Amino acid sequence: MSDSHPTPVNPEKQARFEFELNILGMWLFLVTEIMLFGGLFAAYIVYRYLYPEGFIDASHHLDVVLGTVNTVILLTSSLTVALAVNSVQRGKQKGLVIFLMATIILGSAFLGIKGLEYLHKIEEGLFPGGIFVYPAPFTQQARLFFSLYFTMTGLHAIHMVLGILAMVVLLIMAARKKFTSHRYDLIELTALYWHFVDIVWIFIFPLMYLIDRT
Amino acid sequence: MTMEHPVVPVKTYILVYLALLFLLVLTLAIAYIEMAGLNTILAIFVASLKAFLVILYFMHVRYSTILTRVFIISGFLWMAILVGFTLTDYFTRGGLFINP
Repeated sequence: MSDSHPTPVNPEKQARFEFELNILGMWLFLVTEIMLFGGLFAAYIVYRYLYPEGFIDASHHLDVVLGTVNTVILLTSSLTVALAVNSVQRGKQKGLVIFLMATIILGSAFLGIKGLEYLHKIEEGLFPGGIFVYPAPFTQQARLFFSLYFTMTGLHAIHMVLGILAMVVLLIMAARKKFTSHRYDLIELTALYWHFVDIVWIFIFPLMYLIDRT
Repeated sequence: MTMEHPVVPVKTYILVYLALLFLLVLTLAIAYIEMAGLNTILAIFVASLKAFLVILYFMHVRYSTILTRVFIISGFLWMAILVGFTLTDYFTRGGLFINP
């Protein structure tokens, strides 16, 4: 079975092939993530369809200003991570380090604001785990809304934490000049993950914060 | 089939970013202005537009292989089936769930 004439491998072609394969593998993972969040969005849509008044009422307890600020932060972090990829593609090591750091800072700022929001909600008695305080007649419907709110934004926040940890590892590797314009697969894959988490928030924001504010 | 992965110009990224910010303003406007009951549909449409921009430009799917695109499209298609079939049930059998 052994081939007496092994095909000569073009290293550049090989690297490009591996790169495309890695991208495909990452997307396969992201598709499973679409299904994970998809189930939660489906639950949200069903309950909002069944209890529209309760969802509108409960949604108005969320802080639109903080939500908007966080959306801007997350969109900006998507830009910085895209620019990190752009930097490494051009072989700019310093740019890569700077944009990875910017992404980590923006991601942490998002989580900080999110934590602040959680704290307010828990203080107001809007966390459905313990004592849930909410005026009638929408107490039970609001409990459902806030269960979905904490589950979906919480799962999103866990994804952010993992993304930031991955970025820190990349930052250390970048500082040691582990990436070149020919080999930067890990940067591209982590960027894909980060953008995906951004997309999840793009849908969470209007569905949670902006129900019928007219 | 495997295309060369080109370096996307910084200008493109900035333009996409500005478009995303504009769509965010649009999202807020939709929430605060009465749109004849179409507010939620419009909000989801604008969010999908934003996601499309991110996927196409930030995630480089514009330059990806066809197989990668098939994976992505099927992912969203399966999700559409999940949501779609669930909703047809609730829409047509709503009488079972009468609000107290």
